[in-house]
Amino acid sequence: MKILTLVRQVPDAEARVKVSGDRVDLEGTTLVIDGMDEYGVEEALRLREGNANVEEIVALAVGPKKVEDALRTALAMGVDRAIHIETDERFDAVSLSKIVAQVAQSEGTDLILLGGQEADWDSQALGAASAERLGWPQLTWTNELNADGETLTGRHDVDDGNEGFKVALPAVITAQQGLNEPRYPTLPNIMKAKKKELRKDDLGGFGVQPAVKYVGAEIQTRARLNKMIDGKDPQAAAEQLLDLLRNEAKVLA
Amino acid sequence: MILVVAEYAGGKLGKSTLEMVTAARESGREGPITLLVLGQGVTDVATEAAAVADQVLVGDLGALAQYNPEVWAAAVAQIAREGEASTVLIGGSRSGREYAPRVAVKLDAPYLEDVIKLSAEGDALRAQRYTFLARVTETVEASGPVIVATVKPGSFAPAAPAGEAGEQYDIELNLPTPRTEITGKSVEKSSRVALSEAEVIVTGGRGVGSPENFAQFVEGLADNIGAGVGATRAVVDAGWRPYAEQVGQTGKTVQPKAYIALGVSGAVQHLSGMGKSKNIIAINKDAEAPIFKVADYGIVGDVSQIVPALIAASKK
Ligand SMILES: Cc1cc2nc3c(=O)[nH]c(=O)nc-3n(C[C@H](O)[C@H](O)[C@H](O)COP(=O)(O)OP(=O)(O)OC[C@H]3O[C@@H](n4cnc5c(N)ncnc54)[C@H](O)[C@@H]3O)c2cc1C
Repeated sequence: MKILTLVRQVPDAEARVKVSGDRVDLEGTTLVIDGMDEYGVEEALRLREGNANVEEIVALAVGPKKVEDALRTALAMGVDRAIHIETDERFDAVSLSKIVAQVAQSEGTDLILLGGQEADWDSQALGAASAERLGWPQLTWTNELNADGETLTGRHDVDDGNEGFKVALPAVITAQQGLNEPRYPTLPNIMKAKKKELRKDDLGGFGVQPAVKYVGAEIQTRARLNKMIDGKDPQAAAEQLLDLLRNEAKVLA
Repeated sequence: MILVVAEYAGGKLGKSTLEMVTAARESGREGPITLLVLGQGVTDVATEAAAVADQVLVGDLGALAQYNPEVWAAAVAQIAREGEASTVLIGGSRSGREYAPRVAVKLDAPYLEDVIKLSAEGDALRAQRYTFLARVTETVEASGPVIVATVKPGSFAPAAPAGEAGEQYDIELNLPTPRTEITGKSVEKSSRVALSEAEVIVTGGRGVGSPENFAQFVEGLADNIGAGVGATRAVVDAGWRPYAEQVGQTGKTVQPKAYIALGVSGAVQHLSGMGKSKNIIAINKDAEAPIFKVADYGIVGDVSQIVPALIAASKK
């Protein structure tokens, strides 16, 4: 099988966010490969290292010049080659899925792996939208995956618990925490990755426009009381807290 | 019409459905509010739905007995097309956010995801949503003859019945055959108040120490004050608690009146699921724990000492 892994780049979770104009300003922020996409990359590598017949693993990223770093990380983890479609424009997931589907088709992909939720824009839509464009089934929130020939089995989370599944390729799988523990690229692999192909494709060729307009962004600030109670005397602290919850916050009877 | 896809559980219309009806009423978009009920044996749900909608479309079919994203997307897109819907609202549940993008692609419609506010701006629909682990509120806009949106649970007040009950109509659907076989399901049940409904939530983190301590301190306190029980990812990953209790980025989003965090560090991924709670109370032995930055009331102390005192005092 040929696997396409999608790679995004997001601010490090601990990084401070600031807004300028109508969007979050990432200038000077440390950017990393989106953790959930990393589970997808890792899973592709594990399928190959297991007994699945994996011909090739390709990483795809759509985004600004800097996204190259995330692709280099994927290459250093073990992906065979990468495709970068450079743009500073922000694409909503449903529009972006047009690009993903076209790349999947031209690459002869039969499995797409990506993260279940974006750590920056909080979208869960890219996997499902890409699957629909390709006419493929999708399994989201996957935390166990096995391949046997053209058949995938595994488990994934649903609204009220989780279920085992069985599906034939081609398919889209979205990954989440618990699926695996992504490897760290070793220095030799980082060196090797420099020689791997990182192809630049032109956005113009895909005929895609964003369908959602980004009008504004505001940092959430909610003033908190920050009343600290001394815990040295547990009894007194407990009484004081209960009093505050009953009489000041009025949240307990 | 504004098409709202009903969410329900255990044969009862979900609160999220009533919230979506409010979103539909507030959106200022064109058309009667139409609830679509999909499933098998959904007569009671449809009757409940009729109380809040202008009309109810009922797809009560064996083929809909089990949720599948491809099947649901096909059904919703077909009805949206036939009814010339201006807007399609779907719940921001795990399943809703899974099939809604497929509906948007089928209808060639823009997709607004997990919105917390909706308003018409001329032909366009303007929405607010949280991004960057709920630290940013973003405003987005889309226009077109039809727009698909998912609505974040807990963001709108549940709608009250409006005058006369809407008419119910049975619908015919052309459904695809699901290609995914479900080979077993485990449902996570909790005997307590559902997290999405609870006014008070007691959540335990790794600082609680052990599964036994979790039962003693977290469940003990929760049962004493009639609260729901939540857990951090660390606790769920360690196998102390079921995933159904996880609060955070990859767990549930909650907004109770009071959120009591015991031995929880306050990682950004956890905050993104509970940071909108009205009151946040934290007990942690580390005065520098990030949870205190977002707390209204905090006690620096050991859970195993403070919580028994709290349980005892709350009995008085
Ligand atoms: C992609 C991704 C998604 C994630 N999604 C989620 C999510 O949905 N929900 C979530 O919760 N996390 C999530 N996480 C994990 C998150 O980053 C943290 O690892 C997790 O929230 C930490 O849980 P914790 O606070 O219980 O544990 P810890 O970080 O270990 O903190 C334990 C706290 O307890 C305190 N403590 C220790 N002993 C005591 C005592 N005796 N009395 C009082 N206090 C004590 C310590 O001071 C410490 O602050 C996610 C991470 C990633 C990368």
